Amino acid sequence: MRVALEMAVPSDVAQIERVVARVVATCADLHVPARQLHFNVPVALTEALSNAILYGHADQGPSHVTIRAGMRDKALVLEVADEGPGFDLDACTRDPTAPENLEREDGRGLFLMRRLMDRVERDGGQGNVVRMVLELP
Amino acid sequence: MSFTIAKSGDITLVEVEGQLIVGNRQELKQRVLEELEHGERQFLIDFARTGYIDSSGLGVLVSLSKKIREIGGELRLANLNDDLRTLFELTKLDTLFQIADTRERALESF
Repeated sequence: MRVALEMAVPSDVAQIERVVARVVATCADLHVPARQLHFNVPVALTEALSNAILYGHADQGPSHVTIRAGMRDKALVLEVADEGPGFDLDACTRDPTAPENLEREDGRGLFLMRRLMDRVERDGGQGNVVRMVLELP
Repeated sequence: MSFTIAKSGDITLVEVEGQLIVGNRQELKQRVLEELEHGERQFLIDFARTGYIDSSGLGVLVSLSKKIREIGGELRLANLNDDLRTLFELTKLDTLFQIADTRERALESF
């Protein structure tokens, strides 16, 4: 991946809006189309950051989340790494659009990441890196 | 995010400015619940000045909708832009909420 941005921030949900704005600005420089720039990228990245901050660092002391954004061939690649033990993306299979889940408050984060990006993968030695890939026209 | 709360007759009008996401959604929930405790029953949330909403923001809207409905009230939404409408369609929450194109139409629908 040709990295255009790499940043580490404290693991705090109050950081998310600022990080997303910074990544979106970088994506604009990479000529990501407007719809993806203002919808797919911010929503999917917010979800990945939320997961990393809320679940990746449970019961730990002060920690950080690292974000990388760049291009691989014609695809935008966003990576979010936490310092936790990682988690199994494939274990999260509940369909939030099923009638019995529609009124649940939770359970839409990973679903949105998968719907708004072309691929969502985990990586890193412990599976603590979430990589989202968006193919660009 | 910031939000304003105003009254239009019996309807409590909530205008959300900026992003409704994990870091701030509890503020919105708390304020609407306070209005509910004060006896308000009809709510309209206007998204004309909203940027994006994440799953936590959607979750708060679902939670508020349930609470308001349980005590005989109504929550309606208005002014979703194309991206927000897509978000509600993807999650099928467009089937859960009454969504109006404009604030005026939403107010008329109560």
